[in-house]
Amino acid sequence: MPLDVLVVDDSAAIRKILQRVLAQTELPLGTILEAGDGLEAIERLKANNVGLVLSDINMPNMDGIELLTQMRANPMWKSIPVVMITTEGSQQKVLEAVDLGAAGYVRKPFTADQIKEKLVGLV
Amino acid sequence: MTREEMNKLVEAGVRSSVENVCTTMLGCPVEVGEPKLIGHPLQESDGVVALIGMAGPWIGTGALTCKPDLARRLAGAFLMSEYDEVNDEVLDAIAELANMVIGNLKTIIEEIVGPMGLSTPTTIYGASFTTKIGGSQEWTLIPVKVLDGDLLIQICLLPNDQGRGHHRLDIVGHMVTRG
Repeated sequence: MPLDVLVVDDSAAIRKILQRVLAQTELPLGTILEAGDGLEAIERLKANNVGLVLSDINMPNMDGIELLTQMRANPMWKSIPVVMITTEGSQQKVLEAVDLGAAGYVRKPFTADQIKEKLVGLV
Repeated sequence: MTREEMNKLVEAGVRSSVENVCTTMLGCPVEVGEPKLIGHPLQESDGVVALIGMAGPWIGTGALTCKPDLARRLAGAFLMSEYDEVNDEVLDAIAELANMVIGNLKTIIEEIVGPMGLSTPTTIYGASFTTKIGGSQEWTLIPVKVLDGDLLIQICLLPNDQGRGHHRLDIVGHMVTRG
């Protein structure tokens, strides 16, 4: 059964681009859900059967690091792969996300191939 | 690091960052012009301005400015859509382009000076408004030719102990602000 994917970014432009990129990957993906920050993402996770999360780090209300922390602390969500997609290139943020169990990260700007490469082993 | 050294780093960093963002996300070539320093931070604007704050060992602001027509074309190339007017999607696209350009510059700078933080972007759209940044510090202006239009990238960074309180932005005119 295809995995539903949750795209979390405060930029509607990036969410729209990721929708298009995910559709182009030809990977067996289900519904693409969207959230504008970590708080909205938690609501989507509660209401849907999400199998993969792509999340920005810098967001208002709840950032990607806090979202990842909450997901790893919840038995229902702790095994869902989370790929960080961010302009944050600093080792500090990247290491923090990896320590929390992020499945990988992609720096903005990104190509469709870079996204597909990260997702191939996860779906 | 001196301010002169930071200005050189900013010039090289913006060039690398804007070329990377435009070729990767817009699929178009860019021509980065000669940077210049200005010491009178008062500007007449007519179009879209996206502003992002930076803080850490150095503190300051980055701005990306363009006319409405270029803003629509940049958003169109970014989102693979067509826009007849500057709407929320266009402003969001310009904010995200600024976020990528300034964010990549921040990554380059923090390799030298240590961790820096980045604010979420604020976009301003209007006609005949004036922006004035508090203080009298120099700004680096970097002109960019892209999609047959002129994009201006402006950066000001000061050592943290000199920069506090000098980055107030006053805007006068008719505009829409999103942040």
